[in-house]
Amino acid sequence: MVVQLTASLLDGLLLGAIYGMAAMGLNLIWGVMSVINLSHGAMMTLGMFGAYALFTYAGINPYLALPLIAIGGCLFGFGMYWIAVHRVINAPHLASLLSTFAVNMVIIGAGTTLFTASPRNIDYSIGSLHIGPIILQGTRLVAAGIAVLMAAALFVFLNRTFLGKKIRAVANNRAAAELMGIPSTKVLAISFGIGTMLASVAGFLISTIFPFTIYSGGSYEPKSFVICVLGGLGNPMGALIGGLILGALEGAIPAFLPVGWVPVLEFALFVAILVVRPTGLFGSK
Amino acid sequence: MFCTPVIRKNCLFLLVICWVCLITAGCTQKVEQSKTGGQPVERTVIIGFTASQTGKFNVESTRQINGLNLWIEQVNSSGGIRLGDGTKIKFAARFYDDESNKDRVQELYTKLISQDKAEFLISPYSSGLADASAMIAEQYSKLIITAGAASDSTHSKGYNLVYQVYTPASRYLTGAFNMLSKLDEKAHNAVLIYEKDKFSTEVCAAANKYGAEKGFKISLFEGYDSGATDFAPFINKIPKGTDAVMGGGHFADGTTFAKQLFEKGVKAKFISLLVAPPEPKFAELGNAAVGIIGPSQWEPLAKYSSELSHLAGQGAEWFGPNISEFVAAYKNKYQEEPSYHGAGGYAAALILQKAIIAAGSLDTQKVKAELDKLNLMIFFGRIQFDTTPQMHGLQKGHEMVYIQWQKDAQGKLVKQVVWPEEAKSANALYPAH
Repeated sequence: MVVQLTASLLDGLLLGAIYGMAAMGLNLIWGVMSVINLSHGAMMTLGMFGAYALFTYAGINPYLALPLIAIGGCLFGFGMYWIAVHRVINAPHLASLLSTFAVNMVIIGAGTTLFTASPRNIDYSIGSLHIGPIILQGTRLVAAGIAVLMAAALFVFLNRTFLGKKIRAVANNRAAAELMGIPSTKVLAISFGIGTMLASVAGFLISTIFPFTIYSGGSYEPKSFVICVLGGLGNPMGALIGGLILGALEGAIPAFLPVGWVPVLEFALFVAILVVRPTGLFGSK
Repeated sequence: MFCTPVIRKNCLFLLVICWVCLITAGCTQKVEQSKTGGQPVERTVIIGFTASQTGKFNVESTRQINGLNLWIEQVNSSGGIRLGDGTKIKFAARFYDDESNKDRVQELYTKLISQDKAEFLISPYSSGLADASAMIAEQYSKLIITAGAASDSTHSKGYNLVYQVYTPASRYLTGAFNMLSKLDEKAHNAVLIYEKDKFSTEVCAAANKYGAEKGFKISLFEGYDSGATDFAPFINKIPKGTDAVMGGGHFADGTTFAKQLFEKGVKAKFISLLVAPPEPKFAELGNAAVGIIGPSQWEPLAKYSSELSHLAGQGAEWFGPNISEFVAAYKNKYQEEPSYHGAGGYAAALILQKAIIAAGSLDTQKVKAELDKLNLMIFFGRIQFDTTPQMHGLQKGHEMVYIQWQKDAQGKLVKQVVWPEEAKSANALYPAH
């Protein structure tokens, strides 16, 4: 039982790191511009299919394709901000929700037409790591490692770079930041691009572990919402820790209950956090 | 007020004219027929079905449709079928993409029947989709032959026009327990991890019961949601020292499950998964495929389907091409070895052909009567339908074979038939790892 629980927890934590990184993107966008990006799942799917296309048609090693996926995700988000978000950013929240939802439907619709709903798989294996009786998949380990590195890079970026400080300033008080000469609109666009970049990289990492379809991003999106609430809306680092907590739960619950109970308990936790500590475990902005 | 004698007289006159016209038309038709020197009428019969050209059943469904299309091509190129009245019929397929979606199946079969005027139907691949199509077929009194569908429960709904080609789910994995008992008398514990869909749930529920009756301890019996991709939570629950892992669902999840079992280093001596292993594409898993066993409705190597061994003592009538003829034709057309999904699609149409020939008619009730009487041996195996009201149309003649992926002398992955013993092409690799 101990071995089983340890193996499950480790598997869950590794996956949780990826969930956390995905949620950081959602959290950043919410924190900076108070927009809930309902195309978050679709962005993850774009990352999955981007990796698939580069691996299958261009023969590029999936891990070497990571920078391309990241740049592509960032540019897409940057463009999406100007087209779908900028004009509604000062409107009531419903407008931005509908706008990002519309983008989500466009991406899924176009993706279904181009790629169909058939499952895809990046057939790339890097073996397993044996720790005594516990065996961890190599792809899961690498994906978690990359997720943690990306999270660390984001932390350094936000706290140690000039642009990162600008982003934090705009998140804190947009009007005051404008008065200080910070071009807030450009900062918002860049923040949105970073948020979608994190989502697409998370999708890419998931595609190296599991098969996927055009609808797969949608199944990870609710997890990102749970993690954002768990970690604290507006706190990207809190999202990473929230992801690890969720991953640990996903690993531990099946050791005691049928796997079908995992989403039930996940969303029960979501509701509990909203009721008991609505600012999340690590506070909001 | 309106029925004056003049009007009544005119109406009567018009009625007489109409009657004369009808009689004349009938006579003219007969004259025209005789004028053509009694040339048989030719017509095209529409066979309607949906194909999962997209979605999770894409791989299996494509093979099934390949088999069906091969049959249509062969029957038409040999001149079609001649009915009792001399009519020569050829066949045409009318199909749509059901996207592996049950709701689409119902819409599309309604369309096939009411708009496309399909006279006979073949089911889509998979028990869930076939069940949806069977309901529509029965509603519209259209005969349907289900290929790719093994669910027992479809035939417990009181349908009269639904006929099953595949061995039913309740007999899918029973042979796996029989084989394991024969290979290793000491094997006594197993786990069943299965997709929570109609087919897999029925197979594994029956296997669970059968395994317990055979003295096995089923230490884990758990289902996963359709579309699940992370099997680590289930694999981590497999107790150490488990002799057998069985279950799975369809191709996509079965392959992923097999791959993750390998990556997690599960050392079960016997692994038997549904649907995925018999597909040639399963070999793309490489070393993860070695030792994996799969129940199969049919295999090219199976001596079990030999007409010689089965004709004797069962009173079955032989019909259609033999195994090597079918395999050669399929390979020639599609450049790949046929799986049982392709063979099943062909078999469904072949059975329909036999029933139409025997009936000498396209009339649904006459064809149905012939299907009820059928005791047939084809390249696919024995075909005979249950005709009891409780389970009408259930396949009771056909048996499963079990394949296993093994490496040949050159290290290449090949599929061997390992069970039943009278049908095997190689001994089973045991333990699998």
